[in-house]
Amino acid sequence: MQWMFGVSLAMPAIWLVGQIGLDLVYPGSYLGPDAGETVVHYLGQTALIILLLAYSVSPLRRLTGITMIARQRRQVGLFAFTYVCLHALSYLAFYLEFVWSDLLDDFSDRLYIAAGLGSLVCLTLMAATSTRGWQRRMRRYWRVLHRLVYPAVGLALLHLWWLTRDGYGEVVLYSLWFLVLSIERLWHLPRFKRGWPA
Amino acid sequence: MLIRRPPKISPLEITPEASYVTRRRWLKQAGIVSAGLTLPMTPTYAGLQPDDDITPERIATTYNNFYEFGTGKDDPAEHAHNLTTDPWTVTVSGEAKKTGQFAFEDIVKGLTPQERIYRFRCVEAWSMVVPWEGIELSKILAQFEPNGNAKYVEFKTLVRPSEMPEQRSVFSTIDWPYVEGLRMDEAYHPLSLMVTGMYGKPLPNQNGAPWRLMVPWKYGFKSVKSIVSIRFMQQAPRNTWNRLAPNEYGFYANVNPSVSHPRWSQASERRLPSSLFNPNRRPTLPFNGYADEVAGLYAGMDLAKFY
Repeated sequence: MQWMFGVSLAMPAIWLVGQIGLDLVYPGSYLGPDAGETVVHYLGQTALIILLLAYSVSPLRRLTGITMIARQRRQVGLFAFTYVCLHALSYLAFYLEFVWSDLLDDFSDRLYIAAGLGSLVCLTLMAATSTRGWQRRMRRYWRVLHRLVYPAVGLALLHLWWLTRDGYGEVVLYSLWFLVLSIERLWHLPRFKRGWPA
Repeated sequence: MLIRRPPKISPLEITPEASYVTRRRWLKQAGIVSAGLTLPMTPTYAGLQPDDDITPERIATTYNNFYEFGTGKDDPAEHAHNLTTDPWTVTVSGEAKKTGQFAFEDIVKGLTPQERIYRFRCVEAWSMVVPWEGIELSKILAQFEPNGNAKYVEFKTLVRPSEMPEQRSVFSTIDWPYVEGLRMDEAYHPLSLMVTGMYGKPLPNQNGAPWRLMVPWKYGFKSVKSIVSIRFMQQAPRNTWNRLAPNEYGFYANVNPSVSHPRWSQASERRLPSSLFNPNRRPTLPFNGYADEVAGLYAGMDLAKFY
């Protein structure tokens, strides 16, 4: 079961590798005239969708009662982290061609880049502590640290809001997804279940 | 004014693709890369750099921003075939002697388009080199005899939600019509062109049929497409992008690598086609490489302030 989830989550990357291969044979036919931009956007979109999927695991378990889903949370989260890393790497390679001084300019002049980096930092901390070993060592602080998923998704959405020039349909859809699941989480907070304290 | 159907263009008037390609190759080999303004029907190579290879026609006609048809680069080519460009009426108003409604074909009647090969620099940091056919904007505007109060000229794109899907979208924040403008001296500059064709063919809908502006030293969004209104004004018009995000887009929008933009670094550009292993990135030139021709228009102005 685990591997089926893994293969599904790897499909977007496999597909991209195929597109890049075909584009090498037929230049411009698969990645378009601005290939770097195509790859950066594709990876960014995939990263955000899989990040939202990771965010959806626990609500889905509560909704369906299928506990098996919960065991996939780590894997989905790590895939999201991997796509975010590939997205950042493609930006460094194709937009900046690894000119580091340009990166500093981007941080200072372009807030959406800073928001994206913020999200990446949150996800890195979560990915680094994602093993059972760290879960054991950190005990109750593990849960605290992994609340970083909220700023991670929030900053990723902010990154997209600031990037969007017009045609807000896509970013509104993702934001609603995040909003609905966040309300569901609030609803399941223990104090909500007990009712408001007098 | 009577609105007539346009006369059939005689095949003799159109330069066949093969002949202008040959002509270009010959000019390139002869080293003529920076001739000034020339006689009608002779291509103009103002400021063309030796490595300015003409962008393939397929790219220039399928990779566009024309937000009326959608915000994706392939949306215009996909949806613009629905646009009706005949009949096409243009409203001329404001500080001019001759105002009113004019049929497009009457405005361009008797004016022979010239071929002009210009660099085209989008604010999104990609660029192309496109062989346009067009009429000098000054010749178009002079017909309406603007008066002494005309300091600016404003252009508006068609509003027709039935044929332009993004104008129907609830997710669009643009207050249609799309508005752009120029100072009169910019509009009368010989490089400013009203484009009616490209690659030796009539202008495709997705590129702004039946006519669009081309101001090669400014970012592409200044070059308003599918124009239905020309207004001569005393005050500068508020252009669409400036209204949406004044900190990002000014009125002038001159290509300027030293003015940072909150979305894209303007220091360099990707010349299309740009592939993964040959990104074709190059430094962006002040005024898109036309500084010799146009820098004088802005003498004494702080271009970091008037961006």
